[in-house]
Amino acid sequence: MIAFFRQVLVVTVKDLRAELRTKEAVNASLAFALVILLMFSFAFDPLEETTREISGGLLWIVFAFAGTLVLNRSFAREQPNDCLDALIAAPISGAALFLGKALANYVLVLAVELVALPVFGIFYGVHWTAQFPQLMLVLLLGAWALTVVGTIFSALTVNIRLREVMLPMLTYPILVPALMGAMQLTAGLVNGKPISGDTVSWLKMLIGFDVIFTAVSLVLVETVLVG
Amino acid sequence: MRDKLLFVLGAAAMVLLARNILVIAGFPNEANQGAIFKIIFFHVPVAMAAMGCAAAALVGSVMFLLTRNFKYDALAVSVTEVGLAFLAANLVTGSIWGRVIWGIWWTWDARLTSALVCWLLYAGYLMLRHAIEEPTQRATFAAVFSIFAFIDVPIVIFSIKWWRTQHPQPVFWGGGSIPGDWYLAAVLNLLAMVLLGIVLTVARLRQEEAQREIDSLRRTAHAF
Repeated sequence: MIAFFRQVLVVTVKDLRAELRTKEAVNASLAFALVILLMFSFAFDPLEETTREISGGLLWIVFAFAGTLVLNRSFAREQPNDCLDALIAAPISGAALFLGKALANYVLVLAVELVALPVFGIFYGVHWTAQFPQLMLVLLLGAWALTVVGTIFSALTVNIRLREVMLPMLTYPILVPALMGAMQLTAGLVNGKPISGDTVSWLKMLIGFDVIFTAVSLVLVETVLVG
Repeated sequence: MRDKLLFVLGAAAMVLLARNILVIAGFPNEANQGAIFKIIFFHVPVAMAAMGCAAAALVGSVMFLLTRNFKYDALAVSVTEVGLAFLAANLVTGSIWGRVIWGIWWTWDARLTSALVCWLLYAGYLMLRHAIEEPTQRATFAAVFSIFAFIDVPIVIFSIKWWRTQHPQPVFWGGGSIPGDWYLAAVLNLLAMVLLGIVLTVARLRQEEAQREIDSLRRTAHAF
């Protein structure tokens, strides 16, 4: 068991080190997030009161789009020099490889989200600090949903044609419940309303989604990687 | 023999469908909604047929992963395609009904949204298949995605239900008061749809088999 977690950690550290040396995925993702935030300002009046009501949705659209860029690179990075074959041939289970990669992606996706959040707050006058601890909880859960589904599908789409298109095509419909829950919760929290009553069920749904899809991914990842 | 059976089944489906249409056309108009209410005799059975197809796709996908027998992969792709057609029919009939009764073609109601998400999920399954050349990899990845999609469907339905709902409550199996012969018409139409689904699936299955034979012949030819 301890050996398993050490293997997970090795993969995570390897991925993070590779990413931090090139910064290709994180930089692209951050720049993309900023561009989407800019585009939103043309879509509607950014300083209207209504903006605050839809802010939860907007924020998660930014996160989902920018996150996909990070996730796309996760397995694609291993393609040159046949690194992916070497990783699969390594004496670690597919689950350890998957979890290691997912954790590395999680750190990167969260980093992008934590930068995009204050920028969003400044540009659109949204009080994102009002319920900060609870907002962090939603961010952590939502980002994990995005990461776990994105990582397994990143493994699924790494070798196929139109990879960049297929990943979001497959990921977003699956993520509908998680994104919807995160959007509902975030919209309430940035308007200063803590999680209570109605919204607790959304939180439960989000946790359930995370647990179910993590479990299914861990079961199926061996099939995806080895065939 | 199999050919004849398929033709007989297809003919039976057609005759039953024609009979149902005649019977349903003969029913009096519903008191509140008028003639448009009758679209429900198609709207509900195609939805149920689509659900059956999704379940069959799951069985085919799981069985393929367990046995690696390509017959199950062919089954999964065939029922998914037929199911998508049924679900599309469900969405279109619902949309027509909505235009008459609600005055709008579409609304982001719970059931409508979840049906659309399901449609997109399984359309993604077919897109994924098209993007992969190698048969074993295609079958494996498609099966994995199909399992993910099937697990996602109930979560989508429940979560969207909390979100908002405007769709009418079930008429047939939800405690509504429906005359006996109307109920029978709905059941018979369900039977017609199931028959039609089976015929289409079998036809598609044979196409898939022929395709695999052509592929293997081509590979043999290239080998020499």
